[in-house]
Amino acid sequence: MKKILELHDKIRPLFNKGGKYEKLWPLFDAQDTFTFTPHEVTEEGAHVRDAIDLKRVMITVVFALIPCTLFGMWNAGHQHNIANMGATQGMAADILRGALIVLPIIFTSYAVGGLWEVLFACTRRHEINEGFLVTGLLFPLVLPPTVPLWQVAVGVSFGVVIGKEVFGGTGMNVLNPALTARAFLYFAYPAELSGEVWTSLVAGGEAVSGFSGATALAVVANLPQDVSPVAALCEAGFDWMTLANGAIAGSIGETSLWACLFGAVVLIATGIGSWQIMLATLLGLFAGATLFNMFGDSSYSQLPSYYHLAIGGYAFAAVFMATDPVSAAATKTGKWIYGFLVGFIIIIVRIANPAYAEGAMLAILFMNVCAPLIDNYVVEAHIRRRTA
Amino acid sequence: MEDLINICINSIFVENILLAYFLGMCSYLAQSKKLESATGLGLAVIVVLTISCPLNWAIKTYLLEGGALAWTGNATLAGMDLSFLNFICFIAVIASLVQIVEIVIDRFFPPLYTTLGIFLPLITVNCAILGASLFMVERDYTFTQSTVYGFSSGIGWAYAIMLLAAIRKKIRYSNVPEGLRGLGMAFLITGLMAIGFLTFSGIKLGA
Repeated sequence: MKKILELHDKIRPLFNKGGKYEKLWPLFDAQDTFTFTPHEVTEEGAHVRDAIDLKRVMITVVFALIPCTLFGMWNAGHQHNIANMGATQGMAADILRGALIVLPIIFTSYAVGGLWEVLFACTRRHEINEGFLVTGLLFPLVLPPTVPLWQVAVGVSFGVVIGKEVFGGTGMNVLNPALTARAFLYFAYPAELSGEVWTSLVAGGEAVSGFSGATALAVVANLPQDVSPVAALCEAGFDWMTLANGAIAGSIGETSLWACLFGAVVLIATGIGSWQIMLATLLGLFAGATLFNMFGDSSYSQLPSYYHLAIGGYAFAAVFMATDPVSAAATKTGKWIYGFLVGFIIIIVRIANPAYAEGAMLAILFMNVCAPLIDNYVVEAHIRRRTA
Repeated sequence: MEDLINICINSIFVENILLAYFLGMCSYLAQSKKLESATGLGLAVIVVLTISCPLNWAIKTYLLEGGALAWTGNATLAGMDLSFLNFICFIAVIASLVQIVEIVIDRFFPPLYTTLGIFLPLITVNCAILGASLFMVERDYTFTQSTVYGFSSGIGWAYAIMLLAAIRKKIRYSNVPEGLRGLGMAFLITGLMAIGFLTFSGIKLGA
């Protein structure tokens, strides 16, 4: 460690202003601050001592994502083996197979996104931010395991450049970059991303007979009238516990409710994710589902609200996407409104919009667009109350 | 009643005249720097749309359509189809309406009048307004339907411009690359907003 520190101190002048590699300063800075305490300290004036900074915040989110990632890895392999060989090949073999599917996706996302990040940091002379560690991991987790790698690269480029860097980098974006990337892919390549079968198959191979690979959302989406959605789900093998456990087809990281719940506990305990937003999305989801239960006439609308909780990508989206402190509403009242509408719109899209099976991604993007306006009015109301 | 609510939700969220049809972009981009003036212009557009749609509907139904002049009792007039005059009549109605709105705003809200400047008279050529009238004709709305349609398209337009203004207010101090500051960003944000509004596209109401 000491050797590295000495090396860093020795080559530091090369990267400072006027140095030989001045342009590469963000790269050096990222490496330096990643391994050691930064050199700069505040010398005068009042300042708050706190161990939390952007790096800590972001790395905590990455930790919170670990269960989702590992579970997603196992599940991808598990689904793959079931689809190709008709049965699971045991824990180890499933994980190995899953790693072969998922790791390249994560690696591509990090490599291509990181390249853009470094490129922008070097030309615009801002620091490389750990924010990208989160975006680069969130994005693969909301993709199906079957996604072609070049699409991962295209999507993450769009998300990082258009979703974040043109706004000035981490902390200034309006939409969540990972979701922007996901939505871009969804609308640009609908064939790969909205397909019903999301289980990877051996190249050229066919799934064993009897394996449908349909997601739970696809099962309930087009039910004939007078069929109970719960019965239909159970018949397809999706009772509530199976949905919550998450050993089902779906995007890599979103299937397990429990893994998302672990993330929620970590984020709330460390104060990084807003519990108001998470709770508000839950309320919105339940309110929306209950309304449809009472007044809806399609059979999908009769799906009980607790099923909406476990089905699809709601939990992952509510915990990791909706709480993004940059693109969510920032005021306290605003968070409640924002979260509630996210949950509510998820239900509207799922049930009332035949064009999309899942609404979590779009609902959050829509509310990201609305968040600044909500915040603005909340602040104005505060000012009016204080001055009155 | 139900179809009126459907028209309302449809034209605000599902087929937002700005973010789904991209009509009325010029004043939207130019007047979204400040939320106050954006709100003002949005209100003006709502007023103009709410009045111009039913008015144009009446003109179309009682004067211009084929056989619309039957009420005169004159056989020659009753046989005439003046639909080719739709455009010019609609524009004339809109232009005079905008004049009235301008006079009212100048009289009662002088600060707003100054901020809106040239963009107030330019509502006349705001594509959203003429667009709404033409959609109304195309979709064969009744009188009530076109009133509601005009009003809710106006709300949709005002909502979109207010969203953009709030976002532009939020990113005012962001370190945006130099070449993109101002209009460039507004275009990009509009595109991203349209992605957000795709949430509702595909919803079929009352079907």
